[in-house]
Amino acid sequence: MLAKRIIPCLDIKDGQTVKGVNFVNIQSVGDPVELGALYAEQGADELVFLDITATHEGRKTFVQLVKRIAREINIPFTVGGGISEIKDAEALLSAGADKVSINSSAVRNPQLIDDLAKNFGTQFVVVAIDAKNYDGHWTVTVNGGRIPTDKELFSWAKEAEDRGAGEILFTSMDHDGTKAGFANDELARMADSLKIPIIASGGAGNMDHFVDVFTKGKADAGLAASIFHYKEIAIPDLKAYLKQKGITVR
Amino acid sequence: MNIVIIKYNAGNIESLSNALLRLGIQAEITGDHEKIKAANKVIFPGVGEASTTMAYLKKEGLDQLIPSLTQPVLGICLGLQLMCSHSEEGNTQCLGIFEEQVKRFVPQPGMEFSTKVPHMGWNTISNLKSKLFDPSLDNQYFYFVHSYYATVGEHTAAVCDYINSFSAALQKDNFYATQFHPEKSGSVGSKLLENFLKI
Repeated sequence: MLAKRIIPCLDIKDGQTVKGVNFVNIQSVGDPVELGALYAEQGADELVFLDITATHEGRKTFVQLVKRIAREINIPFTVGGGISEIKDAEALLSAGADKVSINSSAVRNPQLIDDLAKNFGTQFVVVAIDAKNYDGHWTVTVNGGRIPTDKELFSWAKEAEDRGAGEILFTSMDHDGTKAGFANDELARMADSLKIPIIASGGAGNMDHFVDVFTKGKADAGLAASIFHYKEIAIPDLKAYLKQKGITVR
Repeated sequence: MNIVIIKYNAGNIESLSNALLRLGIQAEITGDHEKIKAANKVIFPGVGEASTTMAYLKKEGLDQLIPSLTQPVLGICLGLQLMCSHSEEGNTQCLGIFEEQVKRFVPQPGMEFSTKVPHMGWNTISNLKSKLFDPSLDNQYFYFVHSYYATVGEHTAAVCDYINSFSAALQKDNFYATQFHPEKSGSVGSKLLENFLKI
């Protein structure tokens, strides 16, 4: 049976791993390649590296980093951050990335999803969606959750699938950093309306939250950052716990 | 040992060459017929679409060369599919090394388990029958990404279940192939590549 995936996410700034609480107050946690290799060894199923550097210099550093990751790490990995045209994705793919994740740039230019899927195949394209509940309306946000857009979460996810997204990475900005659990109701609703896999992100605080996201939230993969980086949950323990709860994991 | 990765219009050949580097092997990536013929081992990777890739192989004469090779050959992912007789993807006549057919997964709505297409992620393999495998690899998880699959037949060397049973690996004489990506399958994937290099 296809296993549910556990995906640590590493935010990268100037070649270093960082993780903020609610995306502010960023603290440095370590070397991305070292940390990624450790997670791979511990049983992580995939890795996500998000470049949050905004500068041109930082971007070049990130491409070099992706080359190092590809040499050292023997599981699939996705890279994201600052991909706004085909050539950005091409540089990362030829550096060895298995998939690219696009977020704000897809909201601003939805055609980018079609173009990436056509050029590299749908399996290369992860559309990341950050959304927030404004008075009962799930609204897509950009710029790390700071700016609301005119897009509604569920219709945007469907549009992304229709345009050629291979997976959706959904982060609830209301849950991110809270450690109170994933947005299971919204995830389940999304799972019922989409045919592509969904990666759940935002809110993981304990092992039961992963049980819930795979059962109640019907997610294909669970993504988290700080709980892994700060060793609050060890991946082998999490896998053993999920198995014990009857969830298929590697 | 002289290992060649066949170069053609396929994506992400680098990750395979990186996986071999981690085993201390510097493989040569080339489309040169003489170099391919002279290699101790040949790897035929592949990510892409069947009909355009077959058209490219024909243009380069690789459609004649690959089936005529006598050293161990390992096809991966689309490589496996192109080594079969026919693919539903683009209604493509393939290399015909294996008689197995390549079909598209058909999602089964309403099932309790996932039937999403592509089959993407980690799944177990069983019924192992090839020098590619050793007992330690039985029921281990390997990484798959594909929407088409080879049917189970005479040359099936490993079986995987997703929506239906399909060939996770095939073998006939000196031709070996895996639907999963050993280069992305962690330590068990490295073990399989090592096994291939030892054949």
